[in-house]
Amino acid sequence: MSTAKITGIAALDGGQRLAVKYFAVAVVLFGAQILFGLLAGFQYLNPDFLYGVMDFSVNRTVHVNAMIVWMLFGFMGSIYWLIEEEAGIELVGLKLGNLGFWLFTAAVAVVVVVFLLIQTGAGTIESIWFINEGREYIEAPRWADIGIVICVLIFFYNVAATFMKGRWSGIAGVLVLDLVAVAGMYLTGMFYSPNLTMDQFWWWWVIHLWVEATWEVLVGCIMAWGLIKTLGARRKIVTTWLYIEVALMLGSGILGLGHHYFWIGTPEYWLTVGGFFSALEPVPLVAMVVHAVYDSGVHRFKSPNHPALAWLIAHAFGNFFGAGVWGFMHTLPQVNVYTHGTQWSASHGHFAFFGAYATMNIAVFYLAAQKWRGNVNFGGGLVDNGWKWKWALGLLNGGVVGMTMALLVSGYDQVFIERALEGATWAGFFKAQHNVWYLQGMWWRQLFGYMTAAGFFILVWDLMTIGVRETRPAVFPTEVAEHAA
Amino acid sequence: MSNVPWWASEDFWRKTAIWVTAGMAVVLIVLTFDTVKVITAGHSRVPAYEVINKRIYYRMNTKREFQEPIIGADAPLFGKMLTPEEAKAMVSHGKMTVQARNCGGCHTLLGNGSYYAPDLTKSWLDPSWAGESAREMLMVKFLMDPTTNARGFGGQRRMPNLHLTEEEAKAVVAFLKWMSAIDTSGFPRNFTPIAQEGDL
Repeated sequence: MSTAKITGIAALDGGQRLAVKYFAVAVVLFGAQILFGLLAGFQYLNPDFLYGVMDFSVNRTVHVNAMIVWMLFGFMGSIYWLIEEEAGIELVGLKLGNLGFWLFTAAVAVVVVVFLLIQTGAGTIESIWFINEGREYIEAPRWADIGIVICVLIFFYNVAATFMKGRWSGIAGVLVLDLVAVAGMYLTGMFYSPNLTMDQFWWWWVIHLWVEATWEVLVGCIMAWGLIKTLGARRKIVTTWLYIEVALMLGSGILGLGHHYFWIGTPEYWLTVGGFFSALEPVPLVAMVVHAVYDSGVHRFKSPNHPALAWLIAHAFGNFFGAGVWGFMHTLPQVNVYTHGTQWSASHGHFAFFGAYATMNIAVFYLAAQKWRGNVNFGGGLVDNGWKWKWALGLLNGGVVGMTMALLVSGYDQVFIERALEGATWAGFFKAQHNVWYLQGMWWRQLFGYMTAAGFFILVWDLMTIGVRETRPAVFPTEVAEHAA
Repeated sequence: MSNVPWWASEDFWRKTAIWVTAGMAVVLIVLTFDTVKVITAGHSRVPAYEVINKRIYYRMNTKREFQEPIIGADAPLFGKMLTPEEAKAMVSHGKMTVQARNCGGCHTLLGNGSYYAPDLTKSWLDPSWAGESAREMLMVKFLMDPTTNARGFGGQRRMPNLHLTEEEAKAVVAFLKWMSAIDTSGFPRNFTPIAQEGDL
């Protein structure tokens, strides 16, 4: 580990230079996600706000798509960040990787501009190809789907070829196999069918098998590497944990897909299959908490990068509570028949995406910032006592947890009034929406949204300044059990 | 590391991860083959597109303990009986309009989408359309100009004007009618349908 203070781009290897570009776009999209979330949230409180100009559907679409895409940019950046160290050689296709980055970024920019300015189109296949596909989370038009697949294939080639040429590790093996599934799942969402049930059946292959299976494995790999990096955890132990997590994650998550097949016209055996396996989905997330807390405790929280370690721990707990507990709360069909498609889902969605994925990306941003600043100490005794990263951590987590709780209150109210009392009619829907408790929940959600936004600004400020005035070199933990090769 | 028991070894868990993943994937693929067959339009749970030529009722099945759609006598949409091909084209045009106009940005369909506006799964059967006979024209009128014909149920929230043509609006109604005949295993539970005139 070098202690010389080489800073900026010169401090980075090829893959890391590429990764920083991905991180920059990810942060911009994170900001866009929050901004459009605030606009959409405010429309619940004042429906006339931007009515007919940027309707709720526009803001909500940009909100959720910015989220999906910044996660992807963060993951791709994270893997480019670690790959040269992990494989022990230079990235094999740096130029190709740069081309993929610019293609992806340009495609995202065009899609966002179209979403904002053109918004919707006539009911023709051309609109689906060039304006809006109109399917939640993957609203990007078909041309952009093809662009994304090309970029993911470039990425896959770079990762697989670099490990094949360099050295393999347990993390590398899991990562490469997982990327095959990430790319393959996306293809299942790229077709049109007039049959809505068939459409949603395959659409869930993309959304669920990404979010509740392959993405979880992906962050498991980044977590494994992150624990080695921040704590010096033993590779053999970390890799064994990774295998355990994969077995539990995919053992429950693949058939957990069935919890999306309760009410869309699919056969009734999915009630049993989906209910059972999705109830098991929190188990691997418990394992991840145990893993992270155990490793941190064993190493007495001694780390040269406190913000990164704090976000890794936030990930372990956020993933468990947001994805695990909040998902479990309404995953059984007996409950879900009432809660499906209400603010319960929004409550779970906010907590899970943030807890499982945003936290992990932010942890890697801090690892990147450290190397960018010349591998200075990000541990205890930071120049300004590290107030910015602590406040960003507190405000972002507090804001998202607050939104989650507020949406849950509104969700409870909606379920009781709309579903249980009013017979799930349109009149029942609006009766719930106008109820004072529902609206109180929405006000609180908005306030916690502002808190989240404040946390975001401090996070960006911190990432741009942390360690600038620091001179002490970081003392990195040595990795005891190195690569078997 | 030689005293690590077999059940805690890296090798054991690597193999377990591979076998568990492969096993679950195989089960999913087998179930997928069966499901895709069952959810093909015209099979047992998802109606054929020409169902838009029929009355659609929603009744409690005491054996299954939830409501299910029941297909009744002829009741052509907009007064015209369609061939299976024409019906499919109309429903498809409706669904494409729903996608291209991003209806899921505010509504849920089969419970999936956004939560700003009501679920559309059983909108064809919703009691707010007053009566069966006036329903289809009321729906077209609303879809073509939702701002003027706002159905906010006392609140400020209104659907924006998405400038649907009459042909698109009628196609969307066809799609909604077809969707209401999907057997959703009782979702949404306790749904109160429109007053259902006539006999089965």
